[in-house]
Order: sequence, then C-alpha cells, then structure tokens
Amino acid sequence: MDPNAAKLIGAGLATIALAGVGIGIGNIFGSYVSGALRNPAAAAKVFPNVLLGFALTEAIALFALVIAMLELFVF
Amino acid sequence: MSAGPSPLEQFAIKRLVDIHIGGLDVSITNSSVFMLLAIALITIFLTLGMRQQAMVPGRWQSMVELSYEFVAKMVRDNVGSEGMRYFPFVFTLFMFILFCNLLGMVPFSFTVTSHIIVTFAMAIVVFLGVTIIGFIRHGTHFLKLFVPDGVPIFLLPLLVVIELLSYLTRPISLSVRLFANMMAGHTMLKVFGGFVVALGILAGWAPLAFVVALTGLEIGIAILQAYVFAILSCIYLNDAINLHH
Repeated sequence: MDPNAAKLIGAGLATIALAGVGIGIGNIFGSYVSGALRNPAAAAKVFPNVLLGFALTEAIALFALVIAMLELFVF
Repeated sequence: MSAGPSPLEQFAIKRLVDIHIGGLDVSITNSSVFMLLAIALITIFLTLGMRQQAMVPGRWQSMVELSYEFVAKMVRDNVGSEGMRYFPFVFTLFMFILFCNLLGMVPFSFTVTSHIIVTFAMAIVVFLGVTIIGFIRHGTHFLKLFVPDGVPIFLLPLLVVIELLSYLTRPISLSVRLFANMMAGHTMLKVFGGFVVALGILAGWAPLAFVVALTGLEIGIAILQAYVFAILSCIYLNDAINLHH
C-alpha cells in the first residue's frame, strides 16, 4: 500500500474515538438534566462537577486528535 | 496538501532577538514575549488591584479577591487546610495558565499553552513535586497509594500495575489535555475563518456566525482548562498529603 494512503486511513481511524466521547458527553449532560429536574435545588451545586467531567471527557477526544495529527505530520 | 496558509501556521515560533550564551539558545521568541506579557499582566492585575486595600472593595479589587478566594476555596475543599501551604503554587499555576489562554484569544496573538513543551514542563513539575511531597510526608508508606484496599489477593498484582501505570501517565494526560484543547480550538477557529473568506460575501455569513459562537466557546474553554489544570493538581496533591487507600 502507498504509505501516504495508509497514513490517511490511520488518521481517519483515529476519529473512531469520537464515538465513545460522544456517548460520554451525552451521558454527562443527560444525567445532569435528569438529576436537575428531579432536584432543582441541588442543580447549581453539581454544575462545576458537570463542567469538570465535560472537560475531562472532551480531552479524550483531543487525545485522538493528537494521534491523528501525529500520524499525519510526524511519520 | 492544501492551498493557502496552513491553519497550523499560527503556532510557529519566531525568533525575535537572537541570544546565544555558550551553546545554549536563549533567544527571545514570540512565545517567551507572551509569557512575559502574561506575567506582567498578572502582576499589574494583582498589585494595582490591591493598591488601596479598601474595606469595601471596588470593582477591580473585588475581581482580585474573587480570583484569590476561588483558588483558595478550591485548595481547601480538595486538599484540606494542610494543603493551604501549597496554595501559592496552585494560584500561580492557575493565573499563569488563565492569562496565557486568554491572551491567546486576542486576534493575531500567540497562545503559549498551545505548545506541548510548555504544558509538559508545568505538568512534570506538578508530578515530581507531588511525588516528592508524598515520599517526604509518608516515607515508603506512600507506596500504599498503588495498593487499593479490600481487593482479593489474586487480583492485586494486576491492579498494582494498573494503578502504577495510571499514576505514571498523569503528567502526560495533564499536559496533553491543555495543549490539545488550545491547539484544536485555535485550529478550528482558523479553519472556519478560512470558510468565511472562501465563501465570500454571499454565503460567508453562516460560518461567520459560527466563528462568533466558537469564539465564545473558546473563551469558556480557556477559563475551564485553567480550572481543570489547577483542580487536577489539587487532586494529585490530595493523594500525596492525605493518603486515602
């Protein structure tokens, strides 16, 4: 196989990680909304944790981006 | 691959003043200029804000007090009152990352934190510092951090390896998280900015609206990532000071 093509395929494959991250971010905000509707008084207290969880999950997507970038530009 | 300027061009480090001491290249680059600018802005923000030390703070002074209390509360909640000894370090870390991230949002400026060497240097300092603090406070008992409680004995060899690996990857995940967020955000802004130019005056409005929304998101991310870096440093510090397991 042409090494350049393999590089592009590898970078494309790295984006599969987004599926898991999509589930994760959806789960975080979905759980937050359903929790906030059950107990609106506690919603404000957990919101910083929601943002923290969001940032940590989003970072996983960016790890995949870093791998894609490494494949495209380093090798 | 593509025509026109690359979206990664904005991260290029340019040498402004050539300085060589011995074999060492200590040239002043745009990166170090923006680091110095961030430090100067933090110093101005904090010292001039607290110049009057009024009992009833004005707008500027309450902003300074707000940032101080925000980090102080974060350290106290996550590490406990013993951790307040390390509050100056966490505060410095938080303010430096925050100002570097926000300076990067100014058009035509340079984002210091979009370079992994900068974030990795900060992360490795946190990692080594936390490990040293842990060993000084607990001696070899600190190694109990890698042995979770209440685990069947036959699972223990596997779990210790996993815990050890997750501990050793901390500086990598901490630095890559900040660096990748900054790099991806600024690349995305540049790509959508390219769409505006390419689509011209007729259809360029849609990506322009998107760029405006993205800029708001990126400012949010800039603050959030400084918070995440600081709070994860606090959590790691907590592991070392109050040995949980």
